[in-house]
Amino acid sequence: MRFYKNFILPYLVWAGLLIVIPLIMILIYAFTADGNSVLTVSFTFDNFKNILSSAYISVFWTSLKIGIITVLICLVLGYLMAYLIAQFSEKVQTILILLVTIPMWINMLLRTYAWISILSDNGLLNSLLTFLGLEPMSLMYTDFAVILGLVCDFLPFMIIPIHTSLSKMDKSLIEASYDLGANKFQTFKRVIFKLSIPGVVNGIIMVFLLSISSFVIPKLLGGGNYMMVGNLIESQFISVGDWNFGSAISFVLAAIMLVAIKITEKFDKTDE
Amino acid sequence: MKNSDVCIIELKGLTKTFDDQQVLKGIDLKIYENEFLTLLGPSGCGKTTTLRIIAGFEEPDMGEVLFNGVEISAVPPYKREVNTVFQKYALFPHLDVFDNIAFGLNLKKMPQDVIEQKVKKMLSLVGLSGYENRDVISLSGGQQQRIAIARALVNEPKVLLLDEPLGALDARLRKEMQSELKKIQQEVGITFIYVTHDQEEALSMSDTVVVMKDGEIQQIGTPIDIYNEPENRFVASFIGESNIIEGNMLDDCLVKFDGFEFECVDKGFKPNEEVEVVLRPEDIDIIAKDFKKKTKIHGKVESVVFKGVHYEIMVATENRTYKIHTTDYFAPDLEVGLSFGPEDIHVMYTMGWTA
Repeated sequence: MRFYKNFILPYLVWAGLLIVIPLIMILIYAFTADGNSVLTVSFTFDNFKNILSSAYISVFWTSLKIGIITVLICLVLGYLMAYLIAQFSEKVQTILILLVTIPMWINMLLRTYAWISILSDNGLLNSLLTFLGLEPMSLMYTDFAVILGLVCDFLPFMIIPIHTSLSKMDKSLIEASYDLGANKFQTFKRVIFKLSIPGVVNGIIMVFLLSISSFVIPKLLGGGNYMMVGNLIESQFISVGDWNFGSAISFVLAAIMLVAIKITEKFDKTDE
Repeated sequence: MKNSDVCIIELKGLTKTFDDQQVLKGIDLKIYENEFLTLLGPSGCGKTTTLRIIAGFEEPDMGEVLFNGVEISAVPPYKREVNTVFQKYALFPHLDVFDNIAFGLNLKKMPQDVIEQKVKKMLSLVGLSGYENRDVISLSGGQQQRIAIARALVNEPKVLLLDEPLGALDARLRKEMQSELKKIQQEVGITFIYVTHDQEEALSMSDTVVVMKDGEIQQIGTPIDIYNEPENRFVASFIGESNIIEGNMLDDCLVKFDGFEFECVDKGFKPNEEVEVVLRPEDIDIIAKDFKKKTKIHGKVESVVFKGVHYEIMVATENRTYKIHTTDYFAPDLEVGLSFGPEDIHVMYTMGWTA
């Protein structure tokens, strides 16, 4: 036993180098600014004060909004799909879950580009509309396009944990509920849904974290002016070059995520 | 020993097939009010399927389920006046003890004070007063079992179905729960239908025992009937231990086996009909002195095993080895005679034709 514990060492080194040290660096960057010629680094809260300007607040607000909408859509669609999948025999369930995960084998950029060719002004969807004699619609570079991209990318992260909690549920609990006089709807409400809450919570956390911090999808489907927190961070590091401000935004984003996780977990424990 | 002559559930010609395997081959059974009826048989005999059909979790392929004379085989479980105690309790892990028991009452939208009163009464019936706010997962197996019984009984069903409810408990607790279940049944005065593979459980609790094998009923009777008058070799060997011997019925009250004629109390067989004879190990006496004059069957003690209350002694005779239970000790290799009276011999029809 003691011998096998040594196998964790490479991981500890890896995690230290690539996770802990960068996190500390972000923390240091967030609270410092370029100093003068005598002292090259100085401590400051200015980076955080800058975030409070209305332009940046609205970026956070957009991200939060898009994240919550994506979570809600994924929750409804994902629960429905997970529930339907769980009705099949175990063999069929394995195949269906495989089908759910297959899109993830394709590169995310490719999948997003596929949406561009479907949604763009002379794309697949508009060609179809014109063919049917309907007015073409401008779909690209809208909230709709971004949310559609996010939902399609992250839906499996909602389906899988919910399906796991549904499929491992003791079937005799459902029978007990019928036996005690609950019809199908009451059984779902009082037993099945309640017992699947851990899966729902996991799904919500994963989809929320992935969508609030995404930047490729909003950039491609939302257009160059579309700003979510991920895009803001990217621009600070890549084009503006203000690493201190970028780090402060990352820090705030991480804090929002932590709070969101804590709130969701609370929902898990106090379900009655 | 029936407490009532009012038939509450009647099964007529039930058949059921799962994946090409016929688990029920025509079950006919009448279940009476206030009766403690046990479906007894080895695993795969169809006893649980029969119970699940009564509960409404399975629909029979053919046949009828009559509840107070009304056909209910297509009625969903939540509309039936029966409740089930499940094998592995099936308590809701997200609810505490109170809410588990109140589950059915809450669905009926009863006023909260009535629910509270009923739950309290049930908890005291199963001996767990004061456990209302406990987490069900923190309870022991025996306690969970009691909660499961309370959760079913609080709905005041006409019939309580119990699917091997004591199977997961240890031997001592099982004994304790057996007498408690019997007591609860008498207290609430409703029909219990109990499924088990444990013959001792069936004999000690039931008013009526239904012995099943391969989807067919072998015998229906009181525990005493089933034990003393088994109808065939399967019932005789499944319930209690027995020596089963092939023989011929020479005449009413006269049977021949192992080359000797014996007086017995069984009648109504065809002359010279081939039969099987049951001799329970505790009904045979071993005689060591003067046995050649007193007994017909002679043999030699082959082995002696101490079983606690009695010795299990195997006596090898010319035709077979007999199993005997006695409180007296006989040394191995001792020459002895075996003695039994007419009332100890039980004659059954042979089973060969069923296959």
